[in-house]
Amino acid sequence: MQQRSLFARQPSVLIFISLLAVFTIVITVLSEGFGLGLVSTSFIKILGKTLCLCLIAIAMDLVWGYCGILSLGHFAFFGLGGYMIGMWLMYERTKDIVITSLAGAELPATAEEIREGIGTQIFGVVGGAEIPLVWYFADSLFAQLALVVLVPGLLALVFGWLAFRSRVTGVYLSILTQAMTLALSLYLFQNDSGLRGNNGLSGLQNIPGLTHLPQSVVSVWFFLASAFALGAGYLLAAWVVSGKFGNVIRAIRDDETRIRFMGYPVEAYKLVVFTLTAVIAAIAGALYYPQAGIINPAEIAPIASIYLAVWVAIGGRGRLYGAVIGAATVSLLSSWFTGGQAPSIPLGFYTINWVDWWQVLLGLGFVLVTLFMPKGIGGLFDRLVRKDAA
Amino acid sequence: MLRFAYLLIAAMVCLAPAHAQEGGLNALLETHRAKIEKPSRTTISPVLEELVDSQLPSVAVFLEQWREKGVWQRKSDGRFFFVKKTDNGQLMLIDADTGAEAGLADQSELTNLNPNSGVRAVIAAALVQFQLSDPDPARRLQALTALARDANQSHLSILQESVEEEIDPHIKARKERLLRLLEIKFGSDQATRVAAIESFAGDPGVDARAALNPLVATSVKVFDAQPEGVNVARTLTPGSDIEPGVAYQLLVDAGKARPIVPLAERKRALIANIKDGAVAGIPVAELASQEARDRAYLALAASGAVPALVSRDEQRSAVASQVFAEVYSEPDPALTTAARETLSDISGTVGFYRFVSLALDGLSLASIYFLAAIGLAITFGVMGVINMAHGEFIMIGAYTGYVVQQFIPNYTVSILVALPLAFAVAFMAGVALERLVIRHLAHRPLETLLATFGVSIALQQIAKNIFGTQARPLTSPSWLDGAWALNDVVSVSYIRIAIFVLAVVFMGLLLFILKRTRLGLEIRAVTQNPRMASSMGINPDRINMMTFGLGSGIAGIAGVAIGLFAKVTSELGSGYIVQSFMTVVVGGVGNIWGTLAGAGMIGSLQKVIEFFNPSNTLAAQTYMIIFIIIFIQFRPKGIIALKGRAAGD
Repeated sequence: MQQRSLFARQPSVLIFISLLAVFTIVITVLSEGFGLGLVSTSFIKILGKTLCLCLIAIAMDLVWGYCGILSLGHFAFFGLGGYMIGMWLMYERTKDIVITSLAGAELPATAEEIREGIGTQIFGVVGGAEIPLVWYFADSLFAQLALVVLVPGLLALVFGWLAFRSRVTGVYLSILTQAMTLALSLYLFQNDSGLRGNNGLSGLQNIPGLTHLPQSVVSVWFFLASAFALGAGYLLAAWVVSGKFGNVIRAIRDDETRIRFMGYPVEAYKLVVFTLTAVIAAIAGALYYPQAGIINPAEIAPIASIYLAVWVAIGGRGRLYGAVIGAATVSLLSSWFTGGQAPSIPLGFYTINWVDWWQVLLGLGFVLVTLFMPKGIGGLFDRLVRKDAA
Repeated sequence: MLRFAYLLIAAMVCLAPAHAQEGGLNALLETHRAKIEKPSRTTISPVLEELVDSQLPSVAVFLEQWREKGVWQRKSDGRFFFVKKTDNGQLMLIDADTGAEAGLADQSELTNLNPNSGVRAVIAAALVQFQLSDPDPARRLQALTALARDANQSHLSILQESVEEEIDPHIKARKERLLRLLEIKFGSDQATRVAAIESFAGDPGVDARAALNPLVATSVKVFDAQPEGVNVARTLTPGSDIEPGVAYQLLVDAGKARPIVPLAERKRALIANIKDGAVAGIPVAELASQEARDRAYLALAASGAVPALVSRDEQRSAVASQVFAEVYSEPDPALTTAARETLSDISGTVGFYRFVSLALDGLSLASIYFLAAIGLAITFGVMGVINMAHGEFIMIGAYTGYVVQQFIPNYTVSILVALPLAFAVAFMAGVALERLVIRHLAHRPLETLLATFGVSIALQQIAKNIFGTQARPLTSPSWLDGAWALNDVVSVSYIRIAIFVLAVVFMGLLLFILKRTRLGLEIRAVTQNPRMASSMGINPDRINMMTFGLGSGIAGIAGVAIGLFAKVTSELGSGYIVQSFMTVVVGGVGNIWGTLAGAGMIGSLQKVIEFFNPSNTLAAQTYMIIFIIIFIQFRPKGIIALKGRAAGD
């Protein structure tokens, strides 16, 4: 009953899920690891990462497009999720390396010696050998997977509670979330933050226990996991926005004061949306960084979160497929232009080199979209369907 | 008149013996020829002493020439000369004693004395006494500076004499201060040393602390019983004042206890004693824990194959049987007590001046934040929009300053031209942004925020494409170089003072515009109630445009100011944008005093946090932002909030 009504109210869900399924199957069949080998491993990784970015864009659309909270901090949750899974990946892999290197010793290694070896391996680069307390659970995959959800979720909960209860709204809230992101990235940039300072965590593409598998296979697995997560995230978001809850948060977006006077606990609704989207962002990050292979505090810099808002705005706020389209289009275009593959345009007196001018194009394009297409690319679909989806 | 003649004769008679002494300088040099030819730091001192004691007037000149590598030796007879270049390439010899010309010589007939830097330092020290009474005050000051850096016992009496002769009051004060410092270090009389130490109470000078600190230097020593005959700072109780492990290591170092076998050595011993895959009967495979290894080692020790471990109890009783004390290296308790008391008094004064310095630092940072944020605050107040490209207007101002300097080489003129020009350029850019983008997004503040962000990344990249990624210098005029120093603790660079003045000037200017002009009246009206203002005949579009231009123009000025002390890059503005937002949020929007309060609070807060955690400015910023987030809890609308209808979102 619930299922049918969901698909009835959100027709895009069925279309999206089936498109995603077809896309995933086609790519898997064409991949090097599982099929014809027409799609290179590095491109699979790009696609997998793009799917993760689409997932966080859905989270951003939920919090901004539906609830009206322009958060400039969701990439911080994304990064935190990446850090949490990265800790386990790096710890376990380093442990394997240390155990292998100590296996040749005359005496079998003690647990202390292994820990010391891991500490030197991981933290030698920031001048330490002690394993910091934040790595306490790093040897347990399940604990770190729980932390992927718990740490960003708790941060969002506490921050959101502080911000919403003092009725910080609008641009103030945006600036505050941006400040939180900046604070987090500056904190992580320190060498004694316990997370390797500006070196970040690296070697994340090597999955402990799966090192016998080639990257071409692992990349497809992650691609599939990302696609699954995106589908589940889309379904969850569609379910959230289609019910009564969705009506309330849209009403909060449109007139917060009126909803408060109607007796709804506005702060609680906002807090739920903020925390839920932070968790989705963190899961997206936890899937993204093993494919990227490296995470460092620069990833969390405030600019990343603003780009996220840009994707959603270009794709079209208030429609979930819009967020996906925006994130996929802009991030793929971005890597195409900055990758140096785009052809330069000779103007005679000056040659437009896209590596230099892509940012200008993006910035101006963004201004134009905001000015002339406030509904984004997704708005074009509305015209086709001739129906207001939001 | 006659009396004067008598005096003159008497003086000549007195001086005569010195002049006539054993045939003058040349004879004296001859006796020490070998040592002067091949001087070393140690052997040269007695020679120098004898030269100085001879009281010959030519000694000072000789020492100076020697130090400057201006003394040459004739190979044929080993005599020392100064030389002067002549036109035909030969060297004119000059007698070291009389200064008379002593014939020409080829360069090949001579060797240049080339004392090494160590020897030159010794010579310089010997020269000090001549320089301290030099008629030229600049050279006397120079000598004092040299002496303060590197003095020894012999200088004490020399300086004492020269203090009495000194006529210049400023130099005399410096000489007296240095004399007291030298008395602390080298004085022989306890009472004068104590007096000298106590005279520095409350003196924030670095040199005073440098002279006093060695007196209170301590080291931890071990004694069999209560120490006697040494100057004890305090006795240490193992466990509370000193770590037991450290204490035991001290005993080991003093030869009073057996050394502990370190973990690594124990492991080596185990490896060395592997027999048939087992150590002392325990199979190697089982030695994968520290307890198992300890058991194996104890078994080995029992059989005598390795040195026995020192047990915890043995360590404890060894430590308990001894007395540990911090002992001053200075044996005289009167001196150490005086020095300690004086130092604690000094630390009070230094603490006060540190606070003053911190306050000045905070003020200077606050004035930078004020300049950077005030434009943002005004536009936010009037139009309710956040301009994410504000940082790029700061950057535009800085690059304008840089471009102006490419055309006007005189730095003073170029800065004076750059300030209004930066204002004009940023003003135009702001007006253009308002007309082209922001006007069309009226009443959609979040979208304005994002659209201006698009402008921001485009402008940043354009600047990068034009000026490249490397930092461009914006050079300040030379009269802004250096710093104003009150004492060794408090000093402020002139650039920071100039920025402070600039901030004050612009605050005054803005207050004038807002409170005393028609434009200001209209701006305030639109800030408080745009629709009412509109119905009173004020054109809000024009006001918005002017306000936006004004705010952007001041950002341009801020850019020139920031460019003077930071390198101009395309990221210059984005480095300040978050701080500017914070300033506006903390201070409250649309109000100059609010921005001032916000800038003051953020600037001083950042400096205070940096003061407590000086090694880590990143952490300082983190804590500051967390503090601000908490602050917003208590004053969501900032320190100075707008009241009434204007406060509505």
